[in-house]
Amino acid sequence: MSGHASNYQPKSAFANWFHERLPIMDMVQGQALDFPTPKNLNYFWTFGGILAVMLLVQIITGVVLVMHYTPHVDMAFQSVEGIMRDVNSGWLLRYMHANGASMFFIAVYIHMFRGMYYGSYKAPREVLWMIGVLIYLVMMATAFMGYVLPWGQMSFWGAKVITNLFSAIPWVGDSITTLLWGGYSVDNPTLNRFFSLHYLLPFVLAGLVVLHIWALHVVGNNNPTGVSVKSSQDTLPFHPYYTMKDAFAIVVFFMFFAFWIFFAPNYLGHAINYQEANPLVTPAHIVPEWYYLPFYAILRAVPDKLGGVIAMFGSILILFALPWLDTSKVRSGNYRPLFKGFFWIFAIVCVALGYLGSKPAEGLYVVFSRILTVYYFAHFLVILPLLGLIETPKPLPSSISDDVLAKKRPATAAVPAE
Amino acid sequence: MSTAEHAETNRRDFLYIATGAVGAVGAALAVWPFINQMNPDASVLALASVEVDLAPIAEGQEITIKWRGNPVFIRHRLPVEIEAAKAVQMGELKDPLARNANLPESDPATDVNRVVGGKEQFLVMMGVCTHLGCVPIANEGDFAVVEGSAKHGGWFCPCHGSHYDTAGRIRKGPAPQNLAVPAYAYLSDSKIRIG
Repeated sequence: MSGHASNYQPKSAFANWFHERLPIMDMVQGQALDFPTPKNLNYFWTFGGILAVMLLVQIITGVVLVMHYTPHVDMAFQSVEGIMRDVNSGWLLRYMHANGASMFFIAVYIHMFRGMYYGSYKAPREVLWMIGVLIYLVMMATAFMGYVLPWGQMSFWGAKVITNLFSAIPWVGDSITTLLWGGYSVDNPTLNRFFSLHYLLPFVLAGLVVLHIWALHVVGNNNPTGVSVKSSQDTLPFHPYYTMKDAFAIVVFFMFFAFWIFFAPNYLGHAINYQEANPLVTPAHIVPEWYYLPFYAILRAVPDKLGGVIAMFGSILILFALPWLDTSKVRSGNYRPLFKGFFWIFAIVCVALGYLGSKPAEGLYVVFSRILTVYYFAHFLVILPLLGLIETPKPLPSSISDDVLAKKRPATAAVPAE
Repeated sequence: MSTAEHAETNRRDFLYIATGAVGAVGAALAVWPFINQMNPDASVLALASVEVDLAPIAEGQEITIKWRGNPVFIRHRLPVEIEAAKAVQMGELKDPLARNANLPESDPATDVNRVVGGKEQFLVMMGVCTHLGCVPIANEGDFAVVEGSAKHGGWFCPCHGSHYDTAGRIRKGPAPQNLAVPAYAYLSDSKIRIG
C-alpha cells in the first residue's frame, strides 16, 4: 500500500526480528492507525466501517446457520423451521442473518449516495468507485442466492424469474438457463449450487473489500468539501479520531439493527416464504426483496423481454461509467447549486421506482414506471454531462482547514471559551 | 541491445509461442468439465418422459401434471374455446409460430397446429410463461371466452401480466412466445406420452 509512509519503529528485539521477516505491524501503523484522514468527515463517512462490520456479521451468522441447514429440496424448508424452533438461539441467529442482509443494503445505499453527492467517484478515485460497483453486484448475487435457500414459495419463484432473465439472451439463452438450473426447472441441483456459491461469494466480497480499501489508501479519502488534502493541517490520524467516530456510528447502527431483529423480524420479508416451495403454483404477487425493487420496476417498465432485461442490467452497469459521465470538475455537491437539486430528484426517483416495483404491473403504475425509468437513464446520460458544462459552481474553500475554521469562527464568537 | 537484433524471428520465439498456445489450449480443456458439470445430470435426464390417461378429464376441465420439474397443462377444451381460437386471424398474433415441438419450427400458429389433428379438444402445453417462467392461471385474462359469469379457457400470468388465448397463444403482455407445446404422442385413443 502506498500513499503514506509509516514511521513504525520496532520497540523490542522480538518486534525487530519479526519486522524484518514480515512488516505487518508497519502496515497496521501506517494504514490503520496513523493514516492521515481529512478532519472534516461527517457521519456519512462512517458507513464504510459499518459495511465492513455488517459483512463480518453476515459471515459469522451464516457459518453458524450452515451447521443446522440441509441443502436439499425435501429438507431445506424443514431444516430452516428446525433452526427457528429447535436450535438453541436459532431464531436469533436466523433473524440476525435475514435482517442483516437488509441492513447491509441500507448501509450500502447510503454509502453509494454519499459517494454520488460528494463526487467521490471523480478523479483520482475512479478505480475505487468501480471496485465499489463490483462489490455491489456481488452483494446482489449473494443476497439473491441466499434468499433461495429457505426454499419457500418466494424463494422458488424469485429464483425462477431471475434465472429466466438469462433466457432473454438471443440464441444461447435457453442453454444458459439449463446450465444454471442443472435441469429443466429450478430444482435440487439449483438449490445445491446456490448453496455452494452463497457460501463462497462472501469471501470473494471480503477480497474485493481489501482491494477497495487498498485503492482508497492510495488516493486518500474524499471529504465534504471535495477539496483535496493539501497539508497535514487538513488531516487527523485515523486512530483514535476515526476509530472512535466509526465505533460510535456502528453502535448506533446496531441499535437500529436490533430494532428490526427483536420488534419486526419479518417486516422486510414476505409471509408467503413461510409456505414451502411448490413448482406447480405461482403466488399471486411475486415481489423481490426491497433492495431490488427499483431495478425490478425498470425490468417491468419495458414492454419487451430482452429490452427489459437490458434496461435492468444497464441501470446498474451504467454506474461503472459514472466517473466519465459527470463532466464537472467540482466534486462536492455542496458547491454545485444545480447538481444539488438534480441529485435529490434522482434520489426521490430511485425511491419512487422502488415503490412502483412493489406494485402490480398494471394501469398507472406501468405509466409512472416508464416515465421514471426514462428519467433514471436521463440523469446519467443527459443531465450529468450537461450540468458540468452549464453550471457555475460556488467558490471552493482554499483548503479543508480553512473551511473548517470558517465554520467554527462564528460559533466561538457566540459562545465564549470557558 | 538494439531492436534490429530482435527483428528476426528465431527458434526461441517459436518455442515461446508454441508453448504458450499449448498451455492455453490445455487450460481451456481443463475448464470445460468444471462448466459442463452444471448441465443436467443423468438422473435428471432419466426422468424425461411421462404417460397420461386423458379419459378422466371432463369437457371444460384442465389438469396440471409435472414433467421435468415443470407444470404441463392438459385441457379438454369446450367447442366454444376451439371456435374462438379458430376465428383468430394470423395477423392478430404476436408470435406467428406454432411453437409445437411435434411440428417443423416454421409452421404457423393456427389452432390446429397447436394440437393434434382430430384430437383438437385436447390442448397439451407447458404451463410455463414464456416471459420469466411463472405458471399462468387458467380461465383468466382478456382472451377467455365469456359466457355470463363464467370464463372458459385463456390464461393470464399473474407475475407480469401476459394474456394467452384459448389456444395458449400470447396475445398481450411482455411474453415473447406462445406457450410451448412439448413433444408428445398418442399411445392409444386416450393415452399420451410426453417427452
